[in-house]
Amino acid sequence: MSLVNFTAREITCKIVYYGPGRSGKTTNLHYVYSRVPETRRGRMVSLATQTDRTLFFDFLPIDLGQISGFTTRFQLYTVPGQVYYNATRRLVLQGADGVVFVADSQARQLDENIESLQNLQANLLDHGVDIRGLPLVLQYNKQDLPRELILTSTDLDDALNFRSLPSFPADALHGVGVFETLKSISEQVLKRLAQGTTA
Amino acid sequence: MTTTLNPKFTFETFVVGASNRLAVTAARTVSENPGSAYNPLFIYSGSGLGKTHLLMATGAQAKKLAPGLNIEYLTLDEYVEAFHAAVAAGQGDAFRRRFQNVDVLLVDDVQFLTGRAEMQAELLRLTEARQAEGRQIVLTCDRPPAEIAALDERLISRFSGGLVVDMGVPDYETRVAILRRKAEERGASFQPGVLETVAAAEFVNVRELMGALNRLIAYQAVNETPINAEAAKQVLGLTAAPAPAGARAPAGGGSGDEFAQFVSDVTVTVGKAVEAWRARVAEAILRWEGEGYRTHRLEALLEQDAPAAVDDAITAFITDVERLKALEAEVATLDPQAAGQSIFRDPEHMPEAEAAAARVRDGAGPPPAPSPAFPMAQFAAGASNQVAMSAVEAVLAQPGKKYNPLLLVGRSGLGKTHLLNALGLALAQRPGAIVACLSTQHFIDELIAAIDGNRVDWWRARYRGATALLLDDIHLLAGKERTQEELFNLFNRFLDEEKQLVFTAPTPPGALAGIEDRIASRLGSGLVAELTEPDREVRRGVAERLLAQQQVRADAALLDYLADRPADSVRALAAMVQRVVGAATAQERPLTAGLAREELEGQAAAGERRRTSGFRTSGIVVSSAGGIRSREKMVWDWPEPSDRVLEEPR
Repeated sequence: MSLVNFTAREITCKIVYYGPGRSGKTTNLHYVYSRVPETRRGRMVSLATQTDRTLFFDFLPIDLGQISGFTTRFQLYTVPGQVYYNATRRLVLQGADGVVFVADSQARQLDENIESLQNLQANLLDHGVDIRGLPLVLQYNKQDLPRELILTSTDLDDALNFRSLPSFPADALHGVGVFETLKSISEQVLKRLAQGTTA
Repeated sequence: MTTTLNPKFTFETFVVGASNRLAVTAARTVSENPGSAYNPLFIYSGSGLGKTHLLMATGAQAKKLAPGLNIEYLTLDEYVEAFHAAVAAGQGDAFRRRFQNVDVLLVDDVQFLTGRAEMQAELLRLTEARQAEGRQIVLTCDRPPAEIAALDERLISRFSGGLVVDMGVPDYETRVAILRRKAEERGASFQPGVLETVAAAEFVNVRELMGALNRLIAYQAVNETPINAEAAKQVLGLTAAPAPAGARAPAGGGSGDEFAQFVSDVTVTVGKAVEAWRARVAEAILRWEGEGYRTHRLEALLEQDAPAAVDDAITAFITDVERLKALEAEVATLDPQAAGQSIFRDPEHMPEAEAAAARVRDGAGPPPAPSPAFPMAQFAAGASNQVAMSAVEAVLAQPGKKYNPLLLVGRSGLGKTHLLNALGLALAQRPGAIVACLSTQHFIDELIAAIDGNRVDWWRARYRGATALLLDDIHLLAGKERTQEELFNLFNRFLDEEKQLVFTAPTPPGALAGIEDRIASRLGSGLVAELTEPDREVRRGVAERLLAQQQVRADAALLDYLADRPADSVRALAAMVQRVVGAATAQERPLTAGLAREELEGQAAAGERRRTSGFRTSGIVVSSAGGIRSREKMVWDWPEPSDRVLEEPR
């Protein structure tokens, strides 16, 4: 993981959006894409089926420009949420600097959320990464749905967020909470820079 | 140049709310204990939230509590401009001195520091000087120190070292309170609900709030009718619900804003993270510079763009500094003067520092200790040395108090040196004792070497550090004026500090030639204990011990024989014992009284055998004729046995 390259003075952060199928990972990326000035974003690569399901993964490079003399780039990835694409998920997860777990707030999706979170942990472990040491934030998406269909942030925190990670209610379709989530994960990832240089 | 304090700005007129309580408390504390509470106190808040008011209130309160205090208020710009003017007029130092006498310095608006290196330097110097002298400095700014762009890390940490407090936007209740008080101050009264309406409008700062209030007062004065809440809203243009500052733009609008905000947030984070090593280096520099160490090595790190192993470098630096500290501490115990050397403050020159410490160590190790070859247990006591022995025992019981100095007098070879060293060894066993025990000749040589090496101070310090000084053969001081001078000073110091002094001399002090009277009289001022020729008891004891040392089993007859032999000194006796032991070894016969007699009284002793037996001891060859007492009449060495035969009376 070459997060900071002092020689080339580059910072590259790989952030992976993880979560169950149809929880809104790609939507997150689309919203970010729509807000980044054209000059700053690369081509968003999206391999989607006709029914808007991510088949392989989405990739969105963002150039944040020179920050403290470092060319800073963010690479946002999503994984396909469907259970049977686990190999792809594991591949995409490789070398991730941080993970955004996008949970589906719908009450009936709770089990899928839990299963996906466990899958994340297992896949990270396959890469030799302890989930407890990796920057991770939770996003409770689809909070705009009618109250009776969804769980509140508090409920979801109780169900998923046993490690007291930063969590954000979101409506990715309309952009609510998207940048808050991204900001939080970026800060966590970048804070590791300091520790990275201590080595 | 200095602005006078505005009398309206006091703590009494300052409305305290949740958003500024901490800042006000801190400012009050500072005004009550200038220089000792929070120094520096750094207050930051947005514009128009009362920084200047608080700053002036601090000054006013401090002045009120202690009218003698010298208090100055000025903005940083004013300070630096005045400083430049003073420098231009060649009065820079005088200007700085003037500020050194200010007890409470209030500096407003320090935010204009960005990119102004000399101004930062000046502020750093000012802050440091004030902290060092325990004089208060209070600064205000519109942002926290870390957010002042391009601000020297040292300044940031200086500020953070005191107290950094912020004042937020006052909450609704505080705003109402402020409006009421200001309205009252201006003699205006409003209908119920009017001020509450104004307060609800969320003006971003108090200054705007005051502007709104002024407008209402003016409106009411012009119209001569009390204004009501609705009218107030209209006057202030509040009919449309005011968008609170910082409200989120509705989703879908303001494209790019979110991203810009994101980038600026990330920039701050990256800035903190990437530049964290700089902060660490700066912190290390600050720390060690503060302790007086040179930090070029760390400063060089800062000049690099991305040093490889900052923390290793810092660790290495700290290791070096710790080593320097250890060296300095070691040197300080040996030679306090040498410890002040700047070489112990420069981690760039470790080898030099080590060398300097080694020099000190060589020059000023502990003074020579008594020789372990002379333990008290081996000293044969008897009537001839009873006085000396009891004196030594008294000294051991109360070193420095009873017999000080103790002078052991006696001819050579009577055991003075043994007794001196034995006493030294016993004294050295006391906790914390440093016993200097050496021959006077050695003492003189050391002094000469010290004078030669220009380190007489070390030499002196070494002996001054001792708890007892035992000098053998003090008569050797004769004619050594400088040594006598040094000894005289040392002597007095030891007496003052009740540290034991013991000397040996061949004759009583009065008979010592070439010794200054002041020393001779002092030598005699304690106890002069004489050792006389060994009596039979001593001789027997010595013989027994010597034989035991040679691992020879001595029977009573042999010991009696040896004890009965005339010997004018222990040394002569030692030579005698050596000789009979040698003879017994050479002849491969057990040592008996008979053999001893045979050997000592010259019966059938072949010269050659004697030669191989090597009876030369202590530098004195004892004649086979034990009865000969006069050395002048002795023939020291016989080349051939036949020669001897010729000389012998027929």
